[in-house]
Amino acid sequence: MATKIELFLRALGKPLVKFIMRLGELTIFIARSIYNCLTPPFYFKLMGRQFMDIGFYSLPVVGLTTIFAGMVIALQSYTGFARFGAESGVASVVLISVTRELAPALSGLMVAGRIGAAMAAEIGTMRVTEQIDALVTLSTNPFKYLVAPRIIAGIIVLPILVLIGDVIGIFGGYVVCVYKLGFNPANYINSTLQNLESLDIVTGVVKAAVFGFIITLMGCYNGYRSRGGAQGVGEATTNAVVSASILILVFNYIITELFFAK
Amino acid sequence: MNDTKIKITNLHKAFGKKIVLDGVNLELQKGESLVVIGGSGTGKSVLIKCIQGLLTPDEGSIKIDGQETIGADKKQQEQLHGKMGMLFQGGALFDSLSVWENVAFGLLENQKMPRKQAKDEAIKVLRQVGLGADVADLYPSELSGGMQKRVSLARAVATKPEIIFFDEPTTGLDPIMADVINDLIIDSAKRLGATALTITHDMASARKIADRIAMLYKGKIIWQGTVKELETTDNAYVKQFINGSSQGPIQVEI
Repeated sequence: MATKIELFLRALGKPLVKFIMRLGELTIFIARSIYNCLTPPFYFKLMGRQFMDIGFYSLPVVGLTTIFAGMVIALQSYTGFARFGAESGVASVVLISVTRELAPALSGLMVAGRIGAAMAAEIGTMRVTEQIDALVTLSTNPFKYLVAPRIIAGIIVLPILVLIGDVIGIFGGYVVCVYKLGFNPANYINSTLQNLESLDIVTGVVKAAVFGFIITLMGCYNGYRSRGGAQGVGEATTNAVVSASILILVFNYIITELFFAK
Repeated sequence: MNDTKIKITNLHKAFGKKIVLDGVNLELQKGESLVVIGGSGTGKSVLIKCIQGLLTPDEGSIKIDGQETIGADKKQQEQLHGKMGMLFQGGALFDSLSVWENVAFGLLENQKMPRKQAKDEAIKVLRQVGLGADVADLYPSELSGGMQKRVSLARAVATKPEIIFFDEPTTGLDPIMADVINDLIIDSAKRLGATALTITHDMASARKIADRIAMLYKGKIIWQGTVKELETTDNAYVKQFINGSSQGPIQVEI
């Protein structure tokens, strides 16, 4: 009888212990990352390369995502508002939903797929081919050389991407309203500018910075701890994208609540 | 007495329930070339990683130049790494950097040598391992396995380390290329007057580069002696290993 209970508890306890161990491991990783982001030496050249990888080369993806998001929001809200004869509200709905939600969340998710995966694969391969050990034996701290430039670049670049995405998304809404739904262009621009509030932009930018941290952190963490050859690297890549995407959606809600609750 | 470069006492390391090192005692004299032999999975790599500080042992002591390395702070560890070079089994070249940047990595990142000077230095070291200046601007993926090993060796010796580790230097190479690498290892260790610690299961390589050989079995050093003593030893384990026989006291766990 005792053995049955024992087995049950064991089955329950093992994953729990594992989970707590992972949590501790991640916490230590975060602490080490932040410490190494803030203390010299800084590798500016590597940071520059990450700016290009995360920022510049993500522009097409972010542009396409946000323009279609802006367009679809314009179309959807128009069909809704038309029922109440309140078509003039479309501009402000596009503005608010793009800047607060769509640009940061969609850009975050797209960049997570693009960059999180690439980072986990690159660092994971470096781990399994002993390149990270080689860094250490050459007296170079892998956190400073690999992790810090990526995280710093992520935190700085994502907000810039989102600001660009804001403009493109609003432009998408404008295109649909003016060319498809026959709005007056001047009126549309006017009502967009009138409704423009700095808080909307700020929330989006804050979200973007947090997402930038999450994406690069998950990419580096999962790559760094990968084990056992090609399979391990594949697993790390999947974990990096999945965990970053989920965390982005969770923190998207938390940040929104912090800014707009009450 | 003062000539002891590395002194390992009672080193223990386990991963979970699996005991890998179970009380290793080993001493290396300055300028000596010691080869540790042993079957796959006997903890040879773990031993090297412990000495380098890539793994933290559970128990025991490792002294380099009389200085304890276990529990050393970051600064001391970096200083220790400055004294060491390592040739990794798979080469472990940085594939995002060109060949010369790989070789000059330590010079560029730590000694802050200007790039032009570092490149000249890298080409000089590449020449010592038999590679021409034309490979300097290639990337590691463009090189053959033997060339990658040479570049990796060049990187290991470029910072003029006092201790060089060789992790299975000849694995995956054809016998002739293996012998070329052996010659290069002897050559570069001699030139620097460095202490060399090699782990391998390639007996031809071990006989060639070793001043002294030690055998690791079940987490302990069960035998050590010169190459000459190796041929005449009556230790059954060593005999079985060097003759490459499946019959004997060593049972392969499958």
